[in-house]
Amino acid sequence: MRPLEGLKVLDFCWVAAGPMTTGYLVEYGATVVRIESHAHPDTLHNSPPFGSEGRGPNRSGYYANYNASKYAFGLNMAHPKAMHIVQRFVAWADLVTENFTPGTMEKWGLGYDELRTIKPDVILFSTSMLGRGGPYSRQPGFGPVLSSLSGMTGLTGWPDRAPTNPYGAYTDFVVPRFALPTIIAALDYRRRTGRGQHLDMAQLEAALYFMAPPMLQYMLNGHEPERTGNRHPAAAPHGAYPCQGEDCWCTIACMTDTHWQALCQAMGCPAWTQDERFATVLGRKAHEDELDARLGEWTQGWEVEALMHALQQAGVPAGVVHTNRGVIEDAQLQHRGHFVYLDHPGVGRHPVQRSEFRLSQATAEHRWAAPLIGQHTAQVCKEILGMSEDEIATLMAEGVLEGSTPLEGGTV
Amino acid sequence: MGAWRDCVGAGPLGPWRHCVGAGSSGPSPSDEGMLSPYRVLDLTDERGLLCGKILADLGADVIQVEPSTGNSARRIGPFYQDEVHPERSLFWWAYTTNKRSITLNLTTADGRALLKRLVQSADFLIESGAPGEMAALGLGYGELAALNPALIVVSITPFGQDGPYAMYQAPDLVGMGLAGFMYVTGDPDRPPVRVGFPHFYLHGAAAGAAGAMVAHAQRVLTGQGQQVDVSCQEAVARALASAPQSYAIAGAVIVRQGSYRQTGATTYMRITWPCKDGFVNFQFSGGAAAGRGVNNLAQWMADEGMGDAYLQSLDFTKLGYGTINREMLERTVPPIERFMMSHTKQELFEGAVTRRILLFPVATPRDIVHNPQLQARQYFQQVSHPELGTTLTMLGPFVRSSATPLRQRRLPPRLGEHNIEVYTQELGLQPGDLARLREAGVL
Repeated sequence: MRPLEGLKVLDFCWVAAGPMTTGYLVEYGATVVRIESHAHPDTLHNSPPFGSEGRGPNRSGYYANYNASKYAFGLNMAHPKAMHIVQRFVAWADLVTENFTPGTMEKWGLGYDELRTIKPDVILFSTSMLGRGGPYSRQPGFGPVLSSLSGMTGLTGWPDRAPTNPYGAYTDFVVPRFALPTIIAALDYRRRTGRGQHLDMAQLEAALYFMAPPMLQYMLNGHEPERTGNRHPAAAPHGAYPCQGEDCWCTIACMTDTHWQALCQAMGCPAWTQDERFATVLGRKAHEDELDARLGEWTQGWEVEALMHALQQAGVPAGVVHTNRGVIEDAQLQHRGHFVYLDHPGVGRHPVQRSEFRLSQATAEHRWAAPLIGQHTAQVCKEILGMSEDEIATLMAEGVLEGSTPLEGGTV
Repeated sequence: MGAWRDCVGAGPLGPWRHCVGAGSSGPSPSDEGMLSPYRVLDLTDERGLLCGKILADLGADVIQVEPSTGNSARRIGPFYQDEVHPERSLFWWAYTTNKRSITLNLTTADGRALLKRLVQSADFLIESGAPGEMAALGLGYGELAALNPALIVVSITPFGQDGPYAMYQAPDLVGMGLAGFMYVTGDPDRPPVRVGFPHFYLHGAAAGAAGAMVAHAQRVLTGQGQQVDVSCQEAVARALASAPQSYAIAGAVIVRQGSYRQTGATTYMRITWPCKDGFVNFQFSGGAAAGRGVNNLAQWMADEGMGDAYLQSLDFTKLGYGTINREMLERTVPPIERFMMSHTKQELFEGAVTRRILLFPVATPRDIVHNPQLQARQYFQQVSHPELGTTLTMLGPFVRSSATPLRQRRLPPRLGEHNIEVYTQELGLQPGDLARLREAGVL
């Protein structure tokens, strides 16, 4: 069965963190109506990869990953009549979600205080970079910025080089794991007590839970941690080592002496491994540059997949450093059915990522590919808002409602 | 049985409609949290602690079940005031505040019997053992569900419960590589790097809290529990932005670019820049928002007598997002670097706020503690620790809730701190039994 069947969500989210959050809800059965206009499309519509040469707003595989199975409702928020439509949705919804810069919902008259006059027990979930209030609340920015502000970037990279950003809009994909349990907990609280609420998640404040120990180290001990590349304070060897082919790497992480002894066995115990400087973790840490160079000479003769399997069979933690191609082709992810392939008129056949957990009794579904902007406007007007054909036609003609437009350059 | 049952079948309006009282939204009259009625047995080690921490912060009663030698996370540094001691691990502190602790050795028959008694009054159980480890103890999902069909069991493992890598060992480094996150992170002329603080299991643990609550939503409808099987590899693979789609749709292999990001076959964006006292993140790119910021920076440089004629001759709002080529970089990067190097992170950030430039400090923990935004929101919490005779600064809530504010209710628990209240007051053991079980090595 679908655990969130019957949950009604009015969704103003865009870009990544918000749509990924409501993506979990829809995967498990919620009804999510996503408000968007042709004048202000989600930034991800213009983000690569695109399904064909013609860009247009309905070709992004990035957008398609987070918006499958949602209803796309085209609404011109600049039109004075748009608010009447939104009010009808608010009366319908259990949950309203948004991740605009703080102040945007309030500017439209859709702040929490206004929403609760329409629906007293509504739950409003807001998430923004830095949260409401404070001097920098409205400073614009994207996920890569938050990796820097949360201290993750500063710790990532080599000690003799500039820090490096964790790839992409990293914190956008951290935050939904805090957002989803919070939202369902708030729904359960309302079920028990009748009380709705406003949830305001500052993405910086949630992301810091992925930095909590180094933060405590500074706050309680006064030490600032430093970048160490791939090294570990209490384990060696611990790194990515070159294999056959261009830019092919295998991680090896000997967390215990037992791992190290198993690695020596797997290498056939060449003389250098028996050097007593490498017999203890303190010795290996003290001579880590030499250890890494020696080990890298051995790994260079290996094909990376074969090396991973050989070392894992021998009891040594090791793994392929997958490219994005390797992730798509990875045997374990394929076994788990991690990527679901959907067809989309503008994107073509494309992979959508499932939630990272399997529930033994619940159905997780991707019922349709990410919609075109305005694809479900008329359907939602009829089925959810109960509008007549005439009313829909009038509002379309007045430019309040927006339907979908034909794909520039045709379908894929 | 857990309190969720109170509202099962909540009337004709459907499961998400409230079953008591009329709608209102003011602060709760009691201190009740969002998840106060629910009890969680947390059997995880360092790989899963964050899962129960999220549920505990949302109000659940989370009991950390530890072996008598203590949870292995207590051995992870750094340590408070650098004193290596199981009650001083800052890793433990970070992910166990708001939890209780009991000791219980599951390798003994009495220990397993006691866990089964605890399971009968629990709503969730979280574990992070290798696949099959719980079943080998006679505590697999089937056995636990037979005792309490409403129980939700969350299992957090590197690759999930089954599949070709299910039994592979994956410390953080190995997991991050297999999830595809390392290859795209780091400098192009060096090996791929991991994120500087271990994140592989944090992704999976946080996802465990999400999966647990989805299962709970189903339990509200059916009264039945289920098993939640989390894969950390899948969780981190979901953090790859559009990289999987870039290969699947466009055949592009994404390569790491250090301080830069590759945006096309011959185009780049510069991201991190050295400055007087560290580094800043400044998106040097065309496009509407980023381009306006670059134009504004060029003007700022000119205002301070460090202007560059070529830089000022360009209008970056007219260039597309991520369309700067190598030749332009060679001409524009040196004067910008000189400007950055003549200012501190804070000077650059304050100028960026007033001049609307997309520039932020690459923050260190010290910068974060002094971040005016976090200070204005009073994020950091002062917590009194009577045993240490001091006040500790801890992280604040991960979400602001108007009805049920998240609170720091409990200090990180000492090993077995709650044995007496859980075993005698709640489970009904006699004090004599407790002493016997302790002597027998069960507690």
